[in-house]
Amino acid sequence: MAADHAVHAEGLVKHYGRVRALDGLDLDVAEGSLLALLGPNGAGKTTAVRIFTTLLQPDAGHASVAGFDVVRDADRIKSHIGLAGQNVAIDEYLTGLENLVMIGRLYHLASRDAKRRAEELLMQFDLIDAANRIAKTYSGGMRRRLDLAASLVLLPPVLFLDEPTTGLDPRSRRQVWGMISSLVSEGSTILLTTQYLEEADELANRIAVVDAGRVIAEGTSDELKDRVGGNRIEIAVAKDADLARAAEVARRYFSSDVTVDPAQRRISAPSKNGTSQLATLVRDFDGAGIDIVDLQLHRPSLDDVFLTLTGHQAEEEKVAAPAGRWQRRPR
Amino acid sequence: MATAPAISTAGTRYQPIAGRPRIVWAFLDALVLAKRSVLETVRVPELIMFVAIQPIMFVLLFRYVFGGAIQVPGGQYVNFLMPGIFVQTVAFGGVTTAIGLAQDMQRGIIDRFRSLPMSSSAVLTGRTIADLARNLFTVIIMLTVGFLVGFRPGGTPFEFLLGIVLLLGVSFAFSWISAFIGLLVRSVEAAQSGGFIWLFPLTFASSAFVPVATMPGWLQTFARHNPISVLADALRGLFHVNPALTTGDIRWALIQSVAWIAGILIVFVPLSVVRYRRTTAR
Repeated sequence: MAADHAVHAEGLVKHYGRVRALDGLDLDVAEGSLLALLGPNGAGKTTAVRIFTTLLQPDAGHASVAGFDVVRDADRIKSHIGLAGQNVAIDEYLTGLENLVMIGRLYHLASRDAKRRAEELLMQFDLIDAANRIAKTYSGGMRRRLDLAASLVLLPPVLFLDEPTTGLDPRSRRQVWGMISSLVSEGSTILLTTQYLEEADELANRIAVVDAGRVIAEGTSDELKDRVGGNRIEIAVAKDADLARAAEVARRYFSSDVTVDPAQRRISAPSKNGTSQLATLVRDFDGAGIDIVDLQLHRPSLDDVFLTLTGHQAEEEKVAAPAGRWQRRPR
Repeated sequence: MATAPAISTAGTRYQPIAGRPRIVWAFLDALVLAKRSVLETVRVPELIMFVAIQPIMFVLLFRYVFGGAIQVPGGQYVNFLMPGIFVQTVAFGGVTTAIGLAQDMQRGIIDRFRSLPMSSSAVLTGRTIADLARNLFTVIIMLTVGFLVGFRPGGTPFEFLLGIVLLLGVSFAFSWISAFIGLLVRSVEAAQSGGFIWLFPLTFASSAFVPVATMPGWLQTFARHNPISVLADALRGLFHVNPALTTGDIRWALIQSVAWIAGILIVFVPLSVVRYRRTTAR
């Protein structure tokens, strides 16, 4: 039942004109966990978040957040959720402090409480030194942090973060990730949308892969990766002449599954027990006098997962290319 | 790697104030947002230009460029002109609401507001109240400049104050029309042009700058019933600057003015609030 799920959705459908943004989305987020809604642009992630945060009404299906129905109890949900949308929703011409005090006041905190809470948040988000500067002067990372802080004014039990690290440099992204992780460890429930497979991998307890308005797979990162199969070992040799012998050595370990790519002088095979095999394999190559230039144990990435599940790359825009047109292979 | 600061659950110590009626919150929320909007004006130099310089320019240009060519029956042009310019300026001043709302939608802050447990009319009321404050400031500047170039209102101090109140009413009403436009259009640029475009025929085909009698007959019909004319004439009556108006004329203009302001609000407040509830950021 929905009771132990902080977020619950069943058969959500939403149309924009003729576009079916959501096509029967089912979703559950367990209390105190972080679920990543992973999918390409236009998959319906933001639409789902907008329905959960009462900004949009679904055409069909129903959803509840913190036990409240998103349509019937829309007004009551609002004190139980925090939203950090795709665009940073802060006022550029207010200072960091003024932004947070304003949000606190709009949550109907008393003016003194709003100010105190704002100062606490600025401290926690490492913005206290910039508290009295207008947000226009903030860096991208600082804006994101302020935006995230604004969604936490009441420390709501359920948080919706819509692509919270889009457009951030790697350092700021790490910083925001750290803050999100610490929120989850404090007991918040978070629904996070992302197009970054790495982000879902890093943060999420569970990942729901969305494509064309539907959840097409759900599970932990490892479960999803297992769907594509286990690890692969890849070996590149130095000389063309060694390739045939190398393949022979490899077959001792991987029987018939060995793939040979002469152009790249590369051999690859699925590996069942990973690293322990690697050591003996290298010794055998050494013994046979074969020079190895590259050796990799390749864990399937979520990219591979996505490709396997949907038949298209995650980052790819979902626009059908005109038939017969030359297309660059995505790498 | 950056270390994440501990994010405590301290927020739960602060509880929202409970038990106030909705209407009180609607007003308090609006004040919070009006403050935001006023701070923005103060901090954006272009907006201060818009609020202060443009009206001064209008006063000076009309007073000295057109003033010599325009004859008004039984009085000085500067006295005829100033009430007209007041009305025009506060009507134009409402466009900041359209632009501000369009901006909010583009930046996504509307989504945040709509996800908060605040009054849904407050985002709009906040803007229109801020316009009121800005317009009051502008009117004071224009009165000063007007006085320097020869504007001499007659009448009692009470009538004078009533005139200012009437202007604020005009400001509030036109800001709500503007709010609706700001929610309809798809960009800040569109809000800018869409906010102004309809105001030009409305203010110029009126008695704001020239006596209606000088216009061709068909235009006179429009100009006479134009709210800008009605409001300008009511203001002229209160300021005792147009000897051509009889007491009856003035009373009638006042009644019509109040009716126009009320009518605009009755139509555009609900229209905008409904539109706002359905709007999400772009």
